Amino acid sequence: MSPDLLIALIMLTNFTLVATSRINKAIQVAVVQGVLLGLMPIAMGLGHHAHILFMVAAAIAVKGWLIPFLLRRALRHVQIHREIDPYIGYTVSLLLCAAGTGLSLVLAHNLPLKAGTTPTYLVPAALATLFTGFLVLVSRRKALTQVVGYLVLENGIYLFGLLLVEDMPVLVETGILLDLFVGVFVMGIVINHIRTAFDSTDTRHLAELKD
Amino acid sequence: MAWLLIALPLAAAAVAFLVDSPSVRARLLPATGILHLLLLLAVLRRWQSLPAGAWLGLDALGGWVLLVISVLFCICAFYAPSYLALRPERDHRIFSVSLLGFLGLASLLAEARHPGVAWVAMETTTLVTAPLVYFNRNRRSLEATWKYLVIGSVGIALALLGTLFIAYAAHMGGVEEPLQYPRLMAEAGRLSRPWLRAGFVLTLVGYGTKMGLAPLHTWKPDAYGETPGIVGALLAGGVTSCAFLALLRIYAIMAAAGEGRFAREILVAFGLLSMAWALVFMVGQLDFKRLLAYSSVEHMGILVLGIGIGGNATRFALFHLAANALVKSVLFLSAGNIHRSYASKQLPHVTGAIRRTPVSAGLFLLGFLAITGLPPFAPFISEFNIAATALTTGHVLAGAAFLLLLAGIFLGMSDTVLQVVFGTPSPQRVRTPYKDTAATTAPLIVALGLALGLGLWLPGPLRAMLDGATATVEGQVPVVRIAEVRP
Repeated sequence: MSPDLLIALIMLTNFTLVATSRINKAIQVAVVQGVLLGLMPIAMGLGHHAHILFMVAAAIAVKGWLIPFLLRRALRHVQIHREIDPYIGYTVSLLLCAAGTGLSLVLAHNLPLKAGTTPTYLVPAALATLFTGFLVLVSRRKALTQVVGYLVLENGIYLFGLLLVEDMPVLVETGILLDLFVGVFVMGIVINHIRTAFDSTDTRHLAELKD
Repeated sequence: MAWLLIALPLAAAAVAFLVDSPSVRARLLPATGILHLLLLLAVLRRWQSLPAGAWLGLDALGGWVLLVISVLFCICAFYAPSYLALRPERDHRIFSVSLLGFLGLASLLAEARHPGVAWVAMETTTLVTAPLVYFNRNRRSLEATWKYLVIGSVGIALALLGTLFIAYAAHMGGVEEPLQYPRLMAEAGRLSRPWLRAGFVLTLVGYGTKMGLAPLHTWKPDAYGETPGIVGALLAGGVTSCAFLALLRIYAIMAAAGEGRFAREILVAFGLLSMAWALVFMVGQLDFKRLLAYSSVEHMGILVLGIGIGGNATRFALFHLAANALVKSVLFLSAGNIHRSYASKQLPHVTGAIRRTPVSAGLFLLGFLAITGLPPFAPFISEFNIAATALTTGHVLAGAAFLLLLAGIFLGMSDTVLQVVFGTPSPQRVRTPYKDTAATTAPLIVALGLALGLGLWLPGPLRAMLDGATATVEGQVPVVRIAEVRP
């Protein structure tokens, strides 16, 4: 599979994510995106490095299985299925996502790439994914959807990291994956606390503190 | 031996997790704190410029920041047993583990010689401190924890992207891994400028979120307001110092690359904006813990403003890091005592505290005067010198705005503080059994004494370390062998 095709699919998952209201589906989209990301290094022809193969396996295991497992478990506990009444509606979210993708292309155009770098669309795709994650994070009310947003934001960063995958020691890459896992794990614990304290994971309840 | 600084608190955290006796666990905190400080002093007797290839080690800058954090931790740790004894209903297993874990990870951050390692340390610091914010286990602290985690994680994610951008800048310039700070600084001229600039902006936004610079500070009043005073002290003086250090390391690369001017302009803007924003929310603030949180936003602003003005102000910004940490611990811990005594942290329920808890209220007042720049306390020295440097090196507008904001903040804070300390006792006040004791006030007196001492006299070894740290921040490349760098 060519890397450009994978990048196109990843960008499509971004749009699917902002348009979906079912939390279960949002998690599913995040899984698909995580696996696509995991396959990227192989598509880029980096499969002959042992440490990169290790990273691919770790990425697919964490993004494709472990984190969705934690999220689904939390979802079963809280008995909610839909994102109702988000801060920013779905149509507007889609338009914003498109605008963000366009902006990413412009931004990436201004950043020079090392001669001979393939694939060229990696940087705009990374920025667009980052923006999508941020959008979901700030525009949704449910704590679980916010965690999915965070996950996608991290995916964008991971995508950019692929530019450097040959030059970055395994230590740092695994550190990144480990942190991602621990981050979502701790958020999972907090979500469980929110559920017991409020009987839902709607962060609208978390609006007592203000000036 | 430096690695022991990381291993000792982490081992103590493991012990704290396994020990069942609450009193033993509470005593583990001061024991670890003092051991860590003594060990650090032993290590710092011969701090040095490290070889370019080292992954861990203390240079002057890391040593200075870690010294501040270690002293602050000691103050909090000696306060902790008496505080935890006041709250026997709360299990403090996780609390102790988190506190000790924080100290270990802060040591890792201070010793990190590689931006990736520093980033991992900063992220894990966020995660271990999250349970501290949730110590009170009620809805309000849950909301504060959620905001702390989500906003903090987004910030730290942006910092990671910035770090990767800088790595790519190095990659484009033909500088190969491993990208330790000394190598990045020595080879700074070869880094790709657009990527370096973008990377700096991203790390500034990312670590700035962790520091609590406006407008990225929105988690701060909630987190500091809902945690016990002891956690507030550690967050305001410790976690923020960690984030500032991570940012300074990146700034040093910018300075070494000759991009200091670009970076400084942004830092001045962020600094003044943070101070102004803090001022707006301080005026008429009824909650005195939130007031302290905004004061923290203000002082983070002063730190980056000092770096932004540069020259002598850089040195005093680093000095202010210590001054702020010491005085903030006095303020947060005394505010915690008053909170405990009144079971409230709001005006008009808490007024005239000088009668009920004279020592804590007196310390709160003195802490307020110290932090707003009363001579001869340490914050006065740094604030005065930052202003003087700004006015004499062509930053007249920034300097004038800085002085004006300091005056405004003094007035804005004084209203609430004076009411808390001297106001007429409110008829709605609640009686609680809390009384000031030696154990809940002595660590605060020591902290205030240190802030006073630093304002009067900076010992020679500390002065030398501060000079070394300033040189590092200004991008002067430490003298090391960089033979292994390929052309």
